[in-house]
Amino acid sequence: MDDLESQQVDKMETVTRTPIIRKYVEEPQYKLIAENIVASYNGIEAVKNISVKFRERAVTALIGPSGCGKTTFLRCLNRMHELSQNAKVTGKVLLDGQDLYSKRDDAIIHRRKIGMVFQKPNPFPTMSIYDNVAAGLKLNGVRDRKIIDQIVQGCLEMVYLWDEVKDDLKKPGMSMSGGQQQRLCIARALAIQPEVLLMDEPASALDPIATQKIEEMINELKKEYTIIIVTHNMQQAVRVSDYTGFMYLGDLVEFGETKQIFENPRNEITAKYVQGQFG
Amino acid sequence: MITIEQRAEFRKHFRNNISSRLITDKIVKGIVFGCVVLAIVPLTSILLEVVRNGAPTLSIAFFTQEPGAVGSNQLGGIGPAIQGTLMLIGMSSLIGVPVGVMGGIFLSEYGNNKYGHMIRFFNDVLAEFPTIVIGLFAFIVIVLVLGNFSLIAGMFALSIIMLPIITRTTEESLKLVPVTYREAGYALGIKRWVVVTRILLTSAKSGLITGIMLAVARIGGETAPLIFTILGSSQFFTGFDQPMDALPLRIWRLSLLPYNSSIAQGWGAALVLILIVLSLNIGMRYLFLGKRGRGGRFRITAGR
Amino acid sequence: MIQTVKLKGGSPIFDKVFKVMAAIAATYILAIIILIAFQLISGSYPIWDKEGISFLTGSGWNAVEGREVYGAAPYIAGTFVTAGLAMLIGVPISIGIAMFMSELAPKFLRSPLSFVIELLAAVPSVIYGLWGLFIFRDYIKNWIEIPLGNTFGNKVWFLSGAPFGLDIFTTSIVLAIMIIPTISTISREIMIAVPNSQREAAYMLGATKWEVFKMAVIPYSKSGLIGASILGLGRAVGETMAVTMLIGNATGPSAFPSSLFAPGQTMSSIIANEFAEASPGSLHLAALVGIGLILLIVAIAINIVAQLLVSRVLKAHEGAVLA
Ligand SMILES: Nc1ncnc2c1ncn2[C@@H]1O[C@H](COP(=O)(O)OP(=O)(O)OP(=O)(O)O)[C@@H](O)[C@H]1O
Ligand SMILES: [Mg+2]
Repeated sequence: MDDLESQQVDKMETVTRTPIIRKYVEEPQYKLIAENIVASYNGIEAVKNISVKFRERAVTALIGPSGCGKTTFLRCLNRMHELSQNAKVTGKVLLDGQDLYSKRDDAIIHRRKIGMVFQKPNPFPTMSIYDNVAAGLKLNGVRDRKIIDQIVQGCLEMVYLWDEVKDDLKKPGMSMSGGQQQRLCIARALAIQPEVLLMDEPASALDPIATQKIEEMINELKKEYTIIIVTHNMQQAVRVSDYTGFMYLGDLVEFGETKQIFENPRNEITAKYVQGQFG
Repeated sequence: MITIEQRAEFRKHFRNNISSRLITDKIVKGIVFGCVVLAIVPLTSILLEVVRNGAPTLSIAFFTQEPGAVGSNQLGGIGPAIQGTLMLIGMSSLIGVPVGVMGGIFLSEYGNNKYGHMIRFFNDVLAEFPTIVIGLFAFIVIVLVLGNFSLIAGMFALSIIMLPIITRTTEESLKLVPVTYREAGYALGIKRWVVVTRILLTSAKSGLITGIMLAVARIGGETAPLIFTILGSSQFFTGFDQPMDALPLRIWRLSLLPYNSSIAQGWGAALVLILIVLSLNIGMRYLFLGKRGRGGRFRITAGR
Repeated sequence: MIQTVKLKGGSPIFDKVFKVMAAIAATYILAIIILIAFQLISGSYPIWDKEGISFLTGSGWNAVEGREVYGAAPYIAGTFVTAGLAMLIGVPISIGIAMFMSELAPKFLRSPLSFVIELLAAVPSVIYGLWGLFIFRDYIKNWIEIPLGNTFGNKVWFLSGAPFGLDIFTTSIVLAIMIIPTISTISREIMIAVPNSQREAAYMLGATKWEVFKMAVIPYSKSGLIGASILGLGRAVGETMAVTMLIGNATGPSAFPSSLFAPGQTMSSIIANEFAEASPGSLHLAALVGIGLILLIVAIAINIVAQLLVSRVLKAHEGAVLA
């Protein structure tokens, strides 16, 4: 039984690893494609028909005023939106060409490949710091304690948390400060070795040093990951992203290379927003 | 920093165990659904059997006559039991409702202090007292003192059972009234007690009535405390200081008799009782539907 | 405006009077509790005086004058055995129902389902007793007890004895049905109080519904679920009528729960059963009151623990909503 499973794993991994091998040879590809996403709460549309393609090994920033639907849209990308009360979503999300919305159970299979950092930190309060990071690993059948230890340490190092918590790995996740919790949640998402990383204002509760470390981490992860980040911080968008989408009232008003969006926006509202003359 | 190579290595340790996990998930869902069925089956059986066995007994005489002599051909009815239950409900409410409502007012309007917290806590404790103990208590302080089993003793016991239910539902309903109502009242210089009685109680009316109906449905089915207080009787009302019959008590007594005709009457009485109790509870559901309530402290309980 | 003027009426004295009345009503609750405790203690004093600690530990039970002996141990044991078995059966089912209602049921099913559970909660004890006595007992006896007794009766002590249907087993199952509404309703509220962000965190990691439940819901609500179960235990312990009608009413040493298929007796059932025979002023009555006192202490202890566990969880939730 175990042998059979690990064989299957090997097969699966070869498939998913292919793009990594090809990475410096071919043109960049689209990892994640959203088509005609319409999302609503209680029948009120928060995202109005957005279609957009996210490049592999690139960082895409989503910006826009508060309440414009950034979070909602991000949550559609890993079928998280439909878990909210009275929430509905239509459209397609293709991950490596496969539609997440095609079959019910597919959500579970695909979510592992899409890590998410939520707007509000949500560590498991009763689990220890270590267990918080390891939670996804145990779920996905990683049993080797050494490997788990390695991943936990590596992920905590990446979010610049290891030095702060390495002596209290047994403490509950709730005993940390807000910024620490946020970084713990990033580490938890990294631990499952996703291919896509969705981050909803990951640096909103962080001090400048931690923010810088997280941005460094994003830059590093970019070599392999497809990253989508929601941010209210324009400088941050400029610093970390290759592409930027500007959202306004549930629409994706403008999408393009970050340089172009910030230096030469085509849309009037975008221009106003990035120049900070909004409202 | 985890390198790309390390990550590829890590990924080898991930098992493609999703299909077996999904099967486990399905099995658990099946079991959980089974739990729901396990709860519905006895309920259905109870309701069906009560109707099936109880309905043939129903007749005008059944509702209006006194019970016949035990074992005789004279079956009679459960008239005194119905009368007793209605009287007990009415009389207990006479104490239970005003005291409970006032207690609820105290907790909601004046109870944000140590004493209030203590009362709230003990009120919850009283709500979970075994009612048989309350029956014993009423027996000691009323029956033994007056020297007679009596309607008064039953009323006293049942009013104690009502009290915590009404107190907590009143408090809860008053707390649901927006603070602005109070502030508006006080801003106009209206006295506090007028604000409470005219504005708050009116706004919280449906919650209050719900609580009272819950309490009435609860005491309507109480049996244990009645054994020690009203004792049971086969006559219509003879006096407040005299023994009396009540539906749940009659059901119990009938179930102990070795005659099929008595047992059939027991089912008939059960049907009447269940109709009263369920219609009160269902009625309150509709009354309170759409409000936040039903959950929280508006909890349906049945007589023990 | 006219109405306002009218509302202003009344002298300021009334404000004080009203508050005092409310305080008296609240104090009445406290007074009743104290009075109950006091009356049960003084009412049972003769039995403590005569039997002392052996009232708790003894198992003899004889009300014949001159040979009087009273020991409550079998009934205390009977209460805990039946309530414990009821928990064993009722708690998993209740948690399952709560899980179904809070996590799985489609929206259109939730309201009818809680209606069904409410109906189950609304059926008076005496009707459970009637149903158990004349309907359920036969099924239990013929379908479960007799086959089990025939197969294992000689080998397993707790399945020995001639199955009769009026015994600890039937009583425990009916008690389990009776505590399901309490436990499942409160458990559901507690599960609903688990913030969705916790579930989302688990979903994000690729968890199935069951794994989300294990990972995010159970740890977060554990103490509340334990509290809900203990509240159910409190109900089972205090339950009188159904138990009295189903347990077979043994007295004395034979009432010790020895087999599932043997008749027994609980604290509440012996009070209900023997009360009619106990004359005022007798030691017999004092013994019954004494058992009532023990029952009350047990019930209060159980409920205080449960209240603390449940209210802590639900309060934390309310705080989260307000924040
Ligand atoms: N759970 C919900 N129920 C109902 N409406 C919601 C819910 N969450 C969001 N909305 C509505 O959907 C719209 C988009 O919300 P969303 O959270 O996506 O905005 P956002 O762009 O992420 O804002 P912010 O920058 O403040 O995080 C808003 O108008 C909001 O009112
Ligand atoms: Mg947002």
